[in-house]
Amino acid sequence: MLSSPKDPIVKVRGLSKIFGKSPKASLTLLHDGVPKEEILAKTGDTVGLNQIDLDIHQGDIFVIMGLSGSGKSTLIRHFNRLIDPTEGQILVDGIDVMQLDTQALEQFRRHKMSMVFQHFGLMPHRTVIENVAYGLMVQGVSKLERTKKAGEWLEAVGLVGYEDRYPSQLSGGQQQRVGLARALCTDSEILLMDEAFSALDPLIRSEMQDQLIALQEKLQKTIIFITHDLDEALRIGDYIAILKDGKLSQVGRPVDILLNPADDYVEAFVRDVNRARVLTADVLMQPPACRLTDENLEDALRQMRGEEKEYGYVFNENDFRGIVSRQAIEAEISKDGECCELTQLMEAVPSVEPGASLEQILPTSLEQPYPIPVVSDKGNFQGVVSRKDVISALTERTNDNGSTAA
Amino acid sequence: MAKESWFTEFPEMERADLISIRKALDESYREFSRSYGEIIESIFDPLLYFLVWFEKLLLASPWWLILFVIVGLVYGASRSWKLSLGVIISFMLIGYFGMWENTMRTLSIITVCTLLSIGIGIPIGILMARSDKTQAVVTPVLDIMQTMPAFVYLIPVVMLLGIGKVPGVIAVVIYAIPPVIRLTNLGIRLVNKEVLEAAVAFGATRQQRLWGVQLPLAMPTIMAGINQTIMMALAMVVIASMIGVKGLGQPVLKSITNQYFTMGLFNGLAIVTLAIVFDRVSQAYARRSQRHMEGQSNA
Repeated sequence: MLSSPKDPIVKVRGLSKIFGKSPKASLTLLHDGVPKEEILAKTGDTVGLNQIDLDIHQGDIFVIMGLSGSGKSTLIRHFNRLIDPTEGQILVDGIDVMQLDTQALEQFRRHKMSMVFQHFGLMPHRTVIENVAYGLMVQGVSKLERTKKAGEWLEAVGLVGYEDRYPSQLSGGQQQRVGLARALCTDSEILLMDEAFSALDPLIRSEMQDQLIALQEKLQKTIIFITHDLDEALRIGDYIAILKDGKLSQVGRPVDILLNPADDYVEAFVRDVNRARVLTADVLMQPPACRLTDENLEDALRQMRGEEKEYGYVFNENDFRGIVSRQAIEAEISKDGECCELTQLMEAVPSVEPGASLEQILPTSLEQPYPIPVVSDKGNFQGVVSRKDVISALTERTNDNGSTAA
Repeated sequence: MAKESWFTEFPEMERADLISIRKALDESYREFSRSYGEIIESIFDPLLYFLVWFEKLLLASPWWLILFVIVGLVYGASRSWKLSLGVIISFMLIGYFGMWENTMRTLSIITVCTLLSIGIGIPIGILMARSDKTQAVVTPVLDIMQTMPAFVYLIPVVMLLGIGKVPGVIAVVIYAIPPVIRLTNLGIRLVNKEVLEAAVAFGATRQQRLWGVQLPLAMPTIMAGINQTIMMALAMVVIASMIGVKGLGQPVLKSITNQYFTMGLFNGLAIVTLAIVFDRVSQAYARRSQRHMEGQSNA
């Protein structure tokens, strides 16, 4: 297709779904802004989705999150038209999905999208390897070829040796690995995951999340992931869309959702999140208050006094070297005699990486009196995180404290 | 009061009207069977040829060969030596008590009826599972087929085709086909929705879904239906014998009219033996083919 890399791979416009007998009447009410409950009372129809607009970009893990009944499973089934919308447009890679006839739709499902299901959706009468190869079998790929390919994907999800077992002989986590391998086996660009990890116990779930993230780093697919678990959404999502009563409440990066919830609903959601695990140093950091490059001690002291700071960050060109305290400089100056250099006074201090979570920063931050420098693994200095920032990020709700805004 | 009031007596139709209705219906059906009977009979000719051929085959083959084939089928389906041995003993006893020929006749007609019921019933069941409208139409018809006394629908069949094997087969199939239709429909409707959705999501066509997912997963239920169908077909053997179907039913009929208790008992037991063999074998086969569905059974 002629889409430039910036164009979204999935584009949804004005998507609405009415379940019931008089969709047209209900749709008119919906456009007039009548709430869901009133439409149900008036026409007996249930609003599944309410005028959804969505852009999903290539290579992202896009999480659609909502509680049960929010319409998230309905929404994901629109992408490959397991459910037909009442109104609206779905463009995938420039193809208008609504215009496809039965055969074209089958081809579309075979090659463009594959799906992972909440309760795995494996075929109990087929072996593991036959399940993984199912997508290729449907396409008419020869048995030899599809078994070979299925074997490779089974290896990728760590299930070598289980080829000839039946799904019922595997644990839940293993079954979902088979489901994942089956979805990956068709090489489609887009992966739909419908509460894929929700039926698994917590330990296996986080294991699967790690595996998905690791696979995604290699494969760079576009993944549309449905969940009701915000922690899961924040953990794996590049973008998160929050759905309530069939309507989008907010779409954004995890940090935006966490720090700037769009409405009370999202805020209520976010309240119980373990922020210490989700927020990272690069979100909280600020430019260093006092940047010292001058080798002259008096100049440095003057600068620190002028900015009323107790600590200064010493740089050589653009390289971060260490921290020096005002006390140390004052003591050195008050000692008469040969002045030593700034670099001799400074201390080498622990730093954190930009991706470090609050949880990881916290101990260091409590031990050290000064704001902790954030340095990337290549040695680039990026900012500092103060103890105050850490504490306010953990306690403050929204951006009523300017310092928490990224 | 000279006239009866509608309040005390049910308001009945005039007797003359009733008679004329009956006459009209009977006349027109008789007319229909007179003019089309032969054509319809000729439609069933291939079936008749097959029935005769199959019965002759079973009767003409030496008993030990037939026993060998039956035991081979039983063992192939069940992989059980015990069951196979039981079948050998039962058939030996049947033969020893002089019922071998009649048993072969019954076996042949039951086999044909079962195959016909499966061949007609499963496609109807599939159509029913596909559309709620079809289901709404077919279900009451099945109810009628199962509850209407067999003698009632024997009348038009005999009027149309006379007595003999073909009307017998038709009567048996009408009586025995509902379970296989119902349970095929049920089995397909009970297929796990997510598994079917998975097949759709991977781009499976309707045929691929039917043969690759729906039928295999509905198989245990369909097998239960086939089993029921066989049992009901066997139960119809005596009634079918009233319209000239030879086999174990005829001696039973004879012993009812002449009060030969022992003769009735022996032939009845032979029917029971056939039923048990059919039942055990079909169930053992169903179980064996579905073993992987039973969870960790062979893990």
